[in-house]
Amino acid sequence: MRQVAIYGKGGIGKSTTTQNLNAGLGEMGKKIMIVGCDPKADSTRLILGGLAQETVLDTLREEGEDIDLDQVLKEGFSHIRCVESGGPEPGVGCAGRGIITSIGLLERLGAYSDDLDYVFYDVLGDVVCGGFAMPIREGKAQEIYIVCSGEMMALYAANNISKGIRKYANTGGVRLGGLICNSRNVDGEAELVKAVAKELGTQMIHFVPRDNMVQKAEINKKTVIEFEPTCGQADQYRALAKKIDSNDMFVIPKPLAQERLESLLMEHGLVA
Amino acid sequence: MDIKSAILSKYNAKVFKSRKDHILEIEADQTQSIAANTRAIPGIMTNRGCCYAGCKGVVVGPLKDTCVITHGPIGCGFYTWGTRRNKAKSADGRNFIQYCFSTDMQEPDIVFGGDKKLKAAIDEAVEIFKPKHVMICSTCPVGLIGDDIHAVAAAAEKEHGITCLAFSCEGYKGVSQSGGHHIANNGLMKKIIGADDQSPIGQYSVNLLGEYNIGGDGWETERILKKIGYHVVSVFTGDGSVEDISKSHRADLNLVQCHRSINYVAEMMLQAYGTNWLKVNFVGLKATIESLRNLAEFFGASELKDRTEEVISEEMALIEEDIARYRQRLTGRKAALFVGGSRSHHYQELLSDLGVETVLAGYEFAHRDDYEGREIINQIKEDADSKNIESLVIEKDKRYRAILTPERYEELKKSIGLEQYSGLMRQMKDGAWVVDDLNHFETEEFVKLLKPDIFFSGIKDKFIIQKSGLLSRQLHSYDYSGPYSGFKGAVIFARDLVMGLEAPAWKLVTPPWKKKKELLDA
Repeated sequence: MRQVAIYGKGGIGKSTTTQNLNAGLGEMGKKIMIVGCDPKADSTRLILGGLAQETVLDTLREEGEDIDLDQVLKEGFSHIRCVESGGPEPGVGCAGRGIITSIGLLERLGAYSDDLDYVFYDVLGDVVCGGFAMPIREGKAQEIYIVCSGEMMALYAANNISKGIRKYANTGGVRLGGLICNSRNVDGEAELVKAVAKELGTQMIHFVPRDNMVQKAEINKKTVIEFEPTCGQADQYRALAKKIDSNDMFVIPKPLAQERLESLLMEHGLVA
Repeated sequence: MDIKSAILSKYNAKVFKSRKDHILEIEADQTQSIAANTRAIPGIMTNRGCCYAGCKGVVVGPLKDTCVITHGPIGCGFYTWGTRRNKAKSADGRNFIQYCFSTDMQEPDIVFGGDKKLKAAIDEAVEIFKPKHVMICSTCPVGLIGDDIHAVAAAAEKEHGITCLAFSCEGYKGVSQSGGHHIANNGLMKKIIGADDQSPIGQYSVNLLGEYNIGGDGWETERILKKIGYHVVSVFTGDGSVEDISKSHRADLNLVQCHRSINYVAEMMLQAYGTNWLKVNFVGLKATIESLRNLAEFFGASELKDRTEEVISEEMALIEEDIARYRQRLTGRKAALFVGGSRSHHYQELLSDLGVETVLAGYEFAHRDDYEGREIINQIKEDADSKNIESLVIEKDKRYRAILTPERYEELKKSIGLEQYSGLMRQMKDGAWVVDDLNHFETEEFVKLLKPDIFFSGIKDKFIIQKSGLLSRQLHSYDYSGPYSGFKGAVIFARDLVMGLEAPAWKLVTPPWKKKKELLDA
């Protein structure tokens, strides 16, 4: 079982990318579970065809510890199993602690069954506190992909997340598998992301072009592969899925100094 | 090697640097300065408590007409339940201090926020116990997850028609329980003091500040004050109530017993209401007599002065014989004192009455002014920890009244030390030691080096000290005894000391295998 965590700046398309590439892996016959680690609980919407699910923490709060797995685990497209950790509404409580509680409960309930090929963690935003680092601590996720674009703040976040990975690399054994560029159509984007990836000691595993089809599929609560299986964008996600499935480049990242990051941006972003 | 070097020599450079200014030997005619109210070093086994302990445990916990709810996981509430021995009796038999109220936060409350559970706890407490006053004390996780306890309190006031006060006294705030005292003082000043302008106030009215009625101390003090003819309007907060504190702004004078925990209220009431304050000490016979005479001098009435002398004579006559007998058995003994923020000073006076010399004294959580006197307050540098505790800006209330003329005020400042406190160090003899935030290691070393006969401290080190063959009495809780204040209390204290020192158990401290040769051979 490969456990994979997807991190990246807020709004960069982590959930969309995760679900679309999982649809690709699902097509390949892989058995997958997605664990949404975002209090908004929208990490599995496209696989399930809508927000169809009780979150782990809501169930825990309402039912107590006496929970059956099928109350919180639902199957969607291509038999992908979906779990949403859930969490408090904005401004109250502790979402980070919620993720720790939730993953602990899933383990006790036997969600991590032996027949799974993949477990994907879709984690909110930056690594903001110990709770959000949970999937990369204690030997849970062994590989991380960071979704980014050629925009400054996305790369800044990617660099920050790399610091978090490096911190836990020696204790939990977590490694960086690569950057996924979710294109925003900015100048020199692929080159810039490749250059940053190289400095981090990793790779840009795939460049996902910008395509309005993604938006259309989202409105229809579906992944691109399910919504329009023959379109070009569907093939892009299939390609990403294949690359991840056959990836063998796992590194401890070397985060960049802020000045270096900025000078790379000058070099690539402004040449065009 | 001198004593200080001997102790500090065991420390590494960082600890040495931090501890060296917290330890000093009193020198003749020297103005000495001590480091205090700084963070304890992790791992050093300090005796200190936390901010929550200061707010809930010390200041608001003793209020008998108030339901004090600890908002947090159960440990903080449970382990502060009934441990302070602050006694209280109420006229109507409704008394909250034997209860422990807590929201008992569980994991889902941490994740989703605990404010709903807090509201439910208040609703439940109001339904069952029908308190007029509810106070909420925060523990650490509440501060981390940011529950808005003040909004919950405000809503509860509206809904239930009660007074409801919330204190953000999370344990991690500040360097010790001292921060919690300040937070509690601020809350009382903002909402309780000045709330009642109706109830009648008697002549020669005083508030007793910083008296927590441990073992009944406050009752002995009140007995004497009433006997002379004072009206004790309120006590902060031993056997105290929100009801009484609400009218405290109309008393003529504030008497300050524990300077550290309550001087904020004394100063704020002076600024807002013009209430003068007088540092008193009702622990020790000479100290009690001096405090009573100063108090009579403040009011200046000859009937009061005469009655004061009468009461002093009467009370002394009742105890003189006992005190003389105990004094004979205690004279020449040496004591060490390590207590909170005032007792290490106050008890030196009672010990001196009994012929016992103090060779070491220190405070757990005092500030420099408690050691060196209030005149150095403006020399104390603010740091991040002290700035973390709100400092109220007090404006003159419309009910402000100064009962002294400016001339009389100046006169009393000189004659009775009005609104002054000269601190612990000036009380102590040359060659005695003062140690701030004494820790376990230093306790053991000082015991070896100074060889006191009695070590007054608390539960955290009592049994370590007694295992070394030295009597230790708890001055936080009085080991189930008391009262020790006033005239009658002095006798009980002396009796307890004699019982402890002369207990036959001490002969058994050296185990037989260290004395008998055949056992050593075997």
